[in-house]
Amino acid sequence: MGYVAVKGGTIAIEESINRLTSERLQKGLVLDIKNIEAGLRGLIDQVMSESSLYHETLAALAIKQAEGNPEEAVFLLRAYRSTLPRKHYSKVIESEEIKVERRISASFKDIPGGQLLGATTDYTHRLLNFSLMNESEKEAQEWLSKFNEEIGHNSEKSEIISLTFPKVLDYLREEGLIAPCGNNDVEPHDVTRKSLEFPSSRSERLQILTRGQTGAVTSLAYASIRGYGAVHPTVGELRVGQLPIHISHPFELGEEEDDYYIGEVKVTEVEMLIPVAVEREYGEKDLDFEVGYGLCFGQNETKAISMSILDYSLEHPNHAFPSHNEEFVLYHIDSVESTGFISHLKMPHYVTFQSKLDSVRKTKTTSKKDEVSMVEQSL
Amino acid sequence: MNKAYNFAFFDEGSKREIRRATLKAIAIPGYQVPFASREMPIGRGWGTGGLQLTLSLIGKNDVLKVIDQGSDESVNAVSIKKLVSDTTGVVATEHTCDATLIQSRHRIPEVPLTKEQILVLQVPIPEPLRFFEPSEHETKKLHAEKEYSGAWLMLFEQIMNYGTMTTDADHPVMVQDRYVMAPSPIPRFDNTKMDHCKALILLGAGREKKVYAVPPYTKVVSLAFDDYPFKGESFENKHCRLCGADDVFLDELIDEEIGESYYLCNDTSYCLEMINEKKLAGVK
Amino acid sequence: MTGYERPVLSVKHLNKQYGRGCLKCVNKASLLKNYCPSCGTVYACQDISFDVHPGEVVGIVGESGSGKSTLMKCLYFDQEVTDGEAYISVYENGEKNLFQQSAQQKRYIRNNVMGKVYQNPLLGLKMDFSSIGNIAEKLISAGNRHVKMMESRGIELLDKVNIPVHRRKEAPKKFSGGMQQRVQIAKALSNNPPLLLLDEVTTGLDLSVQASVLDLIKELQRELNISIVLVSHDLSVIRMLADRTFVMLEGKVIEEGLTDQILEDPQASYTQQLVHSML
Repeated sequence: MGYVAVKGGTIAIEESINRLTSERLQKGLVLDIKNIEAGLRGLIDQVMSESSLYHETLAALAIKQAEGNPEEAVFLLRAYRSTLPRKHYSKVIESEEIKVERRISASFKDIPGGQLLGATTDYTHRLLNFSLMNESEKEAQEWLSKFNEEIGHNSEKSEIISLTFPKVLDYLREEGLIAPCGNNDVEPHDVTRKSLEFPSSRSERLQILTRGQTGAVTSLAYASIRGYGAVHPTVGELRVGQLPIHISHPFELGEEEDDYYIGEVKVTEVEMLIPVAVEREYGEKDLDFEVGYGLCFGQNETKAISMSILDYSLEHPNHAFPSHNEEFVLYHIDSVESTGFISHLKMPHYVTFQSKLDSVRKTKTTSKKDEVSMVEQSL
Repeated sequence: MNKAYNFAFFDEGSKREIRRATLKAIAIPGYQVPFASREMPIGRGWGTGGLQLTLSLIGKNDVLKVIDQGSDESVNAVSIKKLVSDTTGVVATEHTCDATLIQSRHRIPEVPLTKEQILVLQVPIPEPLRFFEPSEHETKKLHAEKEYSGAWLMLFEQIMNYGTMTTDADHPVMVQDRYVMAPSPIPRFDNTKMDHCKALILLGAGREKKVYAVPPYTKVVSLAFDDYPFKGESFENKHCRLCGADDVFLDELIDEEIGESYYLCNDTSYCLEMINEKKLAGVK
Repeated sequence: MTGYERPVLSVKHLNKQYGRGCLKCVNKASLLKNYCPSCGTVYACQDISFDVHPGEVVGIVGESGSGKSTLMKCLYFDQEVTDGEAYISVYENGEKNLFQQSAQQKRYIRNNVMGKVYQNPLLGLKMDFSSIGNIAEKLISAGNRHVKMMESRGIELLDKVNIPVHRRKEAPKKFSGGMQQRVQIAKALSNNPPLLLLDEVTTGLDLSVQASVLDLIKELQRELNISIVLVSHDLSVIRMLADRTFVMLEGKVIEEGLTDQILEDPQASYTQQLVHSML
């Protein structure tokens, strides 16, 4: 019979996990996944966008398990995502096909097709609505049927109106104010399948931006328009809507009409106009517009706008500003990476600390005599 | 065993891809091979690089040992072991010599490794030149051109300022006279164990998405100057209070009763084996 | 005899352009100065050739935009040439075109057979490292691994450029402009290179500081018999240091000769203007 190690760690972990579960359950109520899906749209959209995984129910599950902590929920979904084999790749999506629910332009009052305000918090007053404290399902039903009745008057009409709109930017292209933009059919790199190398391609940049942590993407974009950057943007068009997704027949190379429609994802798309000076003959300069692009899962307008700003700033590297430096931006905005590395500081570091201690002690004992004699010799 | 996931968590395609990067790393000792690091069920920075290597390599007949800061029972080591066992059914051991696969954070075990073993080290910052040059694009060029004056310059500055090199853990090494490599934050004491090590050493950085390797019997030299040789941590006149060992890396602890510091083996399983050996000898 | 004749540096038909060029400017006839108005290409250096002999100081004078700094950048591989050749006698026996060497070889050449002092000390020094560390960097790059040896070489050089030795561990960012230039000079000289490139080293310094830096360069040049290529917009700097002088304008060499000869009897009207404005 020899000595055996104390299983301190194992027991401590088990007890810690029990504690965590009790924190989630101790008020005796259980949060229903359906309720999360129904009532926490903003959080679900944010989590889906940062996870790069579009699945409202799984997002709701992650939010429940994470007790509403978005960094933890994103982490859960990302870890799940990395075990999923890629069975299909979707057909190329044309964003003109978005079934628009909301669409605005800050550049033109009158855009072809008109501005469509849709659902937005932009014009709500941020006053706490205390009546929601006791909102009943009955009241909700009543409100809904009244609302549907009102829409009902227009239902025939709204079905006739096509929900797709022409792009504001196409209008500007026809005017010759933006350079025409050809199709780039280069297969995009998948940053979750191949690690990023620099200089990065635009497809890689856009992917990392769209999965970036909302707060981080917003802060950097804010810095770059506030002064630590050189971007002066105007929203050409922002749209929120449902984007239909198709895949081709898995075995047959068929015509387009043989494609399978597999559903829709809700997205926010931003095309940002940024004026730039373009040099012409004899040093003459013209003002032209360049486009920054943002696209996120769900209704994440601030993030999509920020993404379009950073897309532009990374297309124009400028060492004076970190927001124009691709390594600075792309390496630091990922939620799982940044929160992981920051939180790893909680892990024990006593070997490294012991080693540091040894170095510090060494410097105290190494007398500076050595050095003094050196100077004397040289003089 | 958790059947909701594939054996060893990953789909087979992912495992093959990580193994391909690993093979490349073994073929170019000390060179950081980029790989498509996956998000793992444990935190980025908590050993995801090592874990991905372990999961891509592990088979049903492997015997696994996981240590964190020298201890098998450290919470993070336990957590990693639990995840691997849950998804593979593989049994873990604490005996270094029984293990075929050892995942470790910040230590190389005291028991010399054998050619049947693979050591996987977790790496937070794989780039030895990172604090000299923040840009990845630039450091990649420096490695390509074998331009390592920055690494030596950092050490030179330490000597100028403090009269001695003041690196703690993660003292850079030159691998097979070609690549300067971060050995991961192992104490300097462990650097020498890498040189001509019989086991394959793999280093994985999950967040930074790099894999690199020291293949068996590879030359590994800690950076130093002709007149300022490399030195490991010194535990002169110190020994482990439990097993008496004086040739190992020791943890310094404070005896609250007498208010003095004492020392214990950092490698807990080694210490335990030493005590048991002594006990057996005593019985005889 | 051949050893004496042989130039330390030989530059042949060096061209550097910014921009891709177009059909209109391909024969350079339609250029506005050195600039193509239709495609915006700048022809910064056009067909530059010259030799530098052992112990010789070659001056290149010209206004800003004349291409002289671009030339220096090309010679030190800070920028890539568009085409042309350069040979250094001590590298591969002067038989390999420097511009066609690998990046690793170019680094070797920079670290072992050349030294450069930039107008902007930020480009030549690591402002946060110690002054002696800056000098050691160049020694380390050239393969030195002996701390005491590097430290005493650093002290010797700092002493030579009149930096108080007790300030050797201070970072150049704490130093005045003139001191920073002197640290750069010490760094550039650390490996006893046969060739030193000086790019507007005194521009922006006070007159009295200028004079002391120029004196220092002159002394060091005599003592070490080092070959120097010196670029300046200031003819009085050229007059003080250069044996031979090239005058550059709009990317081309428009006049060359012994410095005295150019000052006494300038041929090109631009050079005449330059000389007159100095008097």
